[in-house]
Amino acid sequence: CCQRHPGSVDQFQEELVIRPLHSGDIYASFQFRTLWDTDFLQERQKVSHYRLFPKSLGQVLSKFSVRELHISFTQGFWRTMQWGQPFIPSPPGAELWVWFHDTVSDVDGNWKELTNVLSGIFCASLNFIDLTNTVQPSASFKPLGLGNATDHRFLRYATLPREIVCTENLTPWKKLLPCGSKAGLSVLLKSEKLFHSSFHSQAVHIRPVCQDEQCTSKAWELRQTLNVVFDLYTSGQGKKEWSLFKMFSRTLTEACPLATSSKVYVDITDNPEGELFELSPATPLLSQAVVLGDRRTYSVFDLTRAEMFGQLRSLNLLLRWKGDSGDMLRPLLHAERYVAGFGLQTGEIHTVIYNNHPYRAFPVLLMDSVPWYLQLYIHTLTVTSKSRDNKPSYIHYQPAKDRHRPHLLEMLIQLPPHSMTEVTVQFERALLKWTEYTPDPNHGFYVGSSVVSALVPSMVAMNTNFTQDQPLFSSFVPVKEESSYFVRVYTEPLLVNLPTPDFSMPYNVICLTCTVVAVGYGSFYNLLTRTFQVDEPSLPLAKRLANLIRRIRGVPLLA
Amino acid sequence: MAAPLTLLLIVAVTIRAVLFRSSLAELISERVEVVSPLNAWKRVVEGLALLDLGVSPYSGDVFHETPLMIYLFHFTVDYAEIVFMVSPYFVDCLSCLLASLDRAKIFRKQKYALESDRYPADCLELLRSPKEMFYIPLKVAMFYLLNPFTILSCVAKSTCGLNNAIIALFIFCTLKGSALLSGILLALATYQSIYPLTLFAPALLFFLQRLYIPVNLRRSSFWCFTLQYAFIYVGSLVVITGLSFFLLGSWDFIPSVYGFIFSVPDLTPNIGLFWYFFAEMFEHFRLFFICVFQINVFFYTIPLSIKLKEHPVFLIFMQIAIISIFKSYPTVGDVALYMAFLPAWSHLYRFLRNIFLVSCVLLACSALFPVLWHLWIYAGSANSNFYYAITLLFNFGQILLVSDYFYAYLRREHHLTHGLYLKKKDGTEATLVLK
Repeated sequence: CCQRHPGSVDQFQEELVIRPLHSGDIYASFQFRTLWDTDFLQERQKVSHYRLFPKSLGQVLSKFSVRELHISFTQGFWRTMQWGQPFIPSPPGAELWVWFHDTVSDVDGNWKELTNVLSGIFCASLNFIDLTNTVQPSASFKPLGLGNATDHRFLRYATLPREIVCTENLTPWKKLLPCGSKAGLSVLLKSEKLFHSSFHSQAVHIRPVCQDEQCTSKAWELRQTLNVVFDLYTSGQGKKEWSLFKMFSRTLTEACPLATSSKVYVDITDNPEGELFELSPATPLLSQAVVLGDRRTYSVFDLTRAEMFGQLRSLNLLLRWKGDSGDMLRPLLHAERYVAGFGLQTGEIHTVIYNNHPYRAFPVLLMDSVPWYLQLYIHTLTVTSKSRDNKPSYIHYQPAKDRHRPHLLEMLIQLPPHSMTEVTVQFERALLKWTEYTPDPNHGFYVGSSVVSALVPSMVAMNTNFTQDQPLFSSFVPVKEESSYFVRVYTEPLLVNLPTPDFSMPYNVICLTCTVVAVGYGSFYNLLTRTFQVDEPSLPLAKRLANLIRRIRGVPLLA
Repeated sequence: MAAPLTLLLIVAVTIRAVLFRSSLAELISERVEVVSPLNAWKRVVEGLALLDLGVSPYSGDVFHETPLMIYLFHFTVDYAEIVFMVSPYFVDCLSCLLASLDRAKIFRKQKYALESDRYPADCLELLRSPKEMFYIPLKVAMFYLLNPFTILSCVAKSTCGLNNAIIALFIFCTLKGSALLSGILLALATYQSIYPLTLFAPALLFFLQRLYIPVNLRRSSFWCFTLQYAFIYVGSLVVITGLSFFLLGSWDFIPSVYGFIFSVPDLTPNIGLFWYFFAEMFEHFRLFFICVFQINVFFYTIPLSIKLKEHPVFLIFMQIAIISIFKSYPTVGDVALYMAFLPAWSHLYRFLRNIFLVSCVLLACSALFPVLWHLWIYAGSANSNFYYAITLLFNFGQILLVSDYFYAYLRREHHLTHGLYLKKKDGTEATLVLK
């Protein structure tokens, strides 16, 4: 039972990045990574000894032949224009996308079972994911890990924009960590503070990665990420002063004993001489990293060194602002979406994509998944940039089948420099059967976020070298070339009202409609089976009785 | 006759041209009373756009036209307005012609009957004189061209107008006596929307009557002709369906068009009875009621054919009316088709009992449809029940209209055989009842 496959070594790293935002809010991004060189998909030998890698996820991977799994639960919407680009983007609600191994024969069956199992693991209602909200994007979600499969039959993507994230989802997520919530950075993850924030997103990303540059050996990487943005006014009481205690109501006491590296990075790029804010305790360790197309400087706190915690055995980072920060650098790619029109019959979806680069044009891939009950009319699709028609070079459109699959629209649009591109498409709202409405039908129906994926030209050369000790936040997305970096922007989800029938009326409707049909039937029946006859008035009752008696007596009858 | 007809055509063209160019055209083409998921122009354009994108138009649930429509519109989509302008004239000229054909036939029949003393003496006033029948074709033309329903349907570019044209052409060929053309056109009409299948019986009865073959199931001549006609019909249907298969290379259009008509998955409100009924239906009973409602359209054929086997032209009118009322996605264009034939039975006016009520109901409902739709969908102050109620009333009015004309027709036939002024046994004036 304790036989370990030789070379099956697992290691765990944790890190926290604190980035003060220009609006006064503060962004904290946790990443917990477990690397394990084993092969879940090997037929010959079942993996049975789990150490740092959670067993529930390992069993899920091997049972459903999953090659890559990305699941995220987000509360709130990431405001790109005020906060910049996040390290790990995620749409509001729940999002799940999975690449299956190409040995799988029934991908839909595996997908259905996988969503139900994950629903149990994360205590979320992922069982609402079915074929009516699952799509197979052809270009937008390429594998983030190893694998050269481009057959999108093995990819499934679904979002649940209505999903709410709460403590019930955080607890099982924390349980997957090697140290649980007892030691290391995860002691900071207390739900009463985490959910009292502007943005909260927790995710699990599993993918196969290379161990070294030549990719001689592969390993499975499990990354659990938690991004949270604390608001200046609701959490910070209006004072521009942040500390770990203020944010999380806890301080750090020790590193996780199972971790090989446990670090806290504080972004001090805007504070080179210390004139903007003061960071205490001071640390001599500095690190530079190129992330999201920018070279950022970080103060590093290495929690594996005992002197970090001082005499009180607690580390509470404190950032105190001295002056006002200047303007934020505008993010190069930004997108918005809204519904136009009035009434419950038709509408228009407008997606606006901004390219804020001063002189470079670059293409973006826009993916829209619209539920079947909003019938899109693709002949009304218009893409305009700078008030001129901009024809997309690649359009992949899969129309919806009522009650079977949603619309999928993917387009490659070239964005001119320093411009706004508007994509509009008209839709019609369908009347559903009365059992298909949600319990509160007048709340409306959610349409999942659009995904804009692009390789944005970078101002600074990106690091394409493979180094083992790269900070986690800069190694999430593989960098293929120096001059650009990958960005994924999610737009707002939409809330659309549909016309509703009267839910109290089924019996009445059946009766009334059948009455009208019966009136038709009755009139035709009468006219078809009866003939015209002269109406002989019938005798009154008294005379009829008298006739009866007369007949018995044998006497002539009355007229 | 030519001058008033020309004037009528000019007026009708003017009205349609004016409406086409105005901003009302777009408004009308969105109205659910005028277009349905089966024949909306927006969906035809969408289907063609999907074809351009390389996706089969039948892969989604937006396009429900037959492949021959794709063929037709692929080349004429830019001239769509002209196509839709021409089709009502087509229908109308045909109706005109067939009204005059019918008239000639009626005269012939009356002459024979008179000469053989078949009519009782006092019902001479029931007979139709050439003078009163002179203007019937013009009236039919007027009823069709100037009917607001037709104008709306034409301006909305609903393909219902084309379907009506095919049915009118079929009736024309039937009355002309050409069994081959009639069979082919009936197959085309059935291919477009399944319901004209019920017109097979009246067409067959007409030909049998024309060829003096008695309708007797034991006679071999009856079966001989029936099989011939059925063969023409089924053969052309098979050929047309085969041609459609070769257009897109797949049988996808069958579930998309015919499966759609029969299983009613789309519950977009229209003037029919299906949409709200199936929106509020328990899932368990859905299949049962779909079958009931669809059988309801077809099962009047045999009883009506038995009752009206001497009068196939009226039978055609009855069948078209029943189809328009009980089909799964009716529009006002379908209503306009059978209403165009009403002037041909203007001699029945004295026997109609409810004509005032019916016309009031139909007028009121036509006015209330857009009002209650606006209140439900745009203002939000009414709900779907209001629109549903008007739907019920409109269909009730139509049923009343059709059964009233049926009653009047049967009554006139009764009078023609038994005399107009009937007396009871004691000599007083009698009333006639259905017993």
